[in-house]
Amino acid sequence: MLNFNYHRPQSLAEAASLLGAKAEGKALAGGQTLVAALKLRLAGPTDLVDLAGVGGLKGISREGNNIKIGAMTTHAEVAASSEVKSAIPALAALAGEIGDRQVRNRGTLGGSIANNDPAADYPGAVLGLGATVHTNKRSIAADDFFTGLFGTALGAGEIITAVSFPVPKRAAYVKFKNQASRFALVGIFVAETAAGPRVAVTGAGQSGVFRVAAMETALAKDFSPAAVTGVKVAAQNLNSDLHATADYRAALISVLAGRAVNQARGG
Amino acid sequence: MSTRISMTVNGKAVSAEVEERTLLAAFLREHLRLTGTHVGCDTGHCGACTVLLDGKAVKSCNMLAAQAQGANVTTIEGLAAADGEMHPMQVAFKASHGLQCGFCTPGMVLSAVELAGKLKNPSEAQIREALDGNYCRCTGYHNIVKAVQTGLANMG
Repeated sequence: MLNFNYHRPQSLAEAASLLGAKAEGKALAGGQTLVAALKLRLAGPTDLVDLAGVGGLKGISREGNNIKIGAMTTHAEVAASSEVKSAIPALAALAGEIGDRQVRNRGTLGGSIANNDPAADYPGAVLGLGATVHTNKRSIAADDFFTGLFGTALGAGEIITAVSFPVPKRAAYVKFKNQASRFALVGIFVAETAAGPRVAVTGAGQSGVFRVAAMETALAKDFSPAAVTGVKVAAQNLNSDLHATADYRAALISVLAGRAVNQARGG
Repeated sequence: MSTRISMTVNGKAVSAEVEERTLLAAFLREHLRLTGTHVGCDTGHCGACTVLLDGKAVKSCNMLAAQAQGANVTTIEGLAAADGEMHPMQVAFKASHGLQCGFCTPGMVLSAVELAGKLKNPSEAQIREALDGNYCRCTGYHNIVKAVQTGLANMG
């Protein structure tokens, strides 16, 4: 690992100004991906700005029809939250399936979506539920937040503070795990929201998480597994690697979407 | 370049000036000479380096020592009582022969200790699922699962 300057600011403003001032600075949340990336020299920031000392970034609360989760809240805390379990059980279940127990004790919601790994689980929930990402500067709709492989709409010195998840009528997340890494080979988040059904796919797309409009249209007419299992997603823009070919991932998307809808219906 | 870190390790306050990039595992092993924390894969997968950070199981090879600033860290050296009496989970691993080469054992034991507050009378399947962040390459897990079951029961 290359060395770096380490900062532990006590306020959001201080963290933002540190990040804004360092061209090669990076925010550090739980570090479950970032520290591993530093060790492999896949990342080599000059400055790390640890957000652990910044107050107000943790916690789970109900705000109207939303569950608001602080960016530094760990996966273990989301998985165990009675608030999340009762309002959006699919979200609690998703958090409980990320990585392993030790990773869930450190990894955070904000860290996961800021990194936007194409095989991460949380982007599926954020896009699938049509969540809103709050930063120190603005609020960003999920549809505008994820901008491609490891890409987000975040600007320099912009820090995620929380995510608001609208409570859906029903939802489910079904993940086909890579048995070695536990990342999603394919993960499908299906939700029936006030604005209609949403289907988000993680783990499969070359540009990261994406929605499947044809499945959403089909579910709007008939919220049943049969409505989506017949909808095929073209393999053309899907990942192909030693774990699975693009064709295999495409097949999984249709199968898992059916299972997710079934699960959302209580099956 | 260096940074000052302070934390409590096995009940003792420690403070040191370390390079920023120092991992918690390296700090424990190389600075404090607590070599019971093992580094296996060094990629955050195998769990041999598991320690308790404020009571929670974490992989010490996958976090910076600086991230443990102010925390309470328990390593395998800190589990037994001051008079040397082993922790119930250590006793259970010994009694059930829950190890072979022993390399993964410190991480297994600490990971299992964290479960005490989370699972009440867990089934074998629940224990296997809960241990998915700890790899053993010798035993096939059978006796480890038995040890964890016994250890949790004896922790009360």
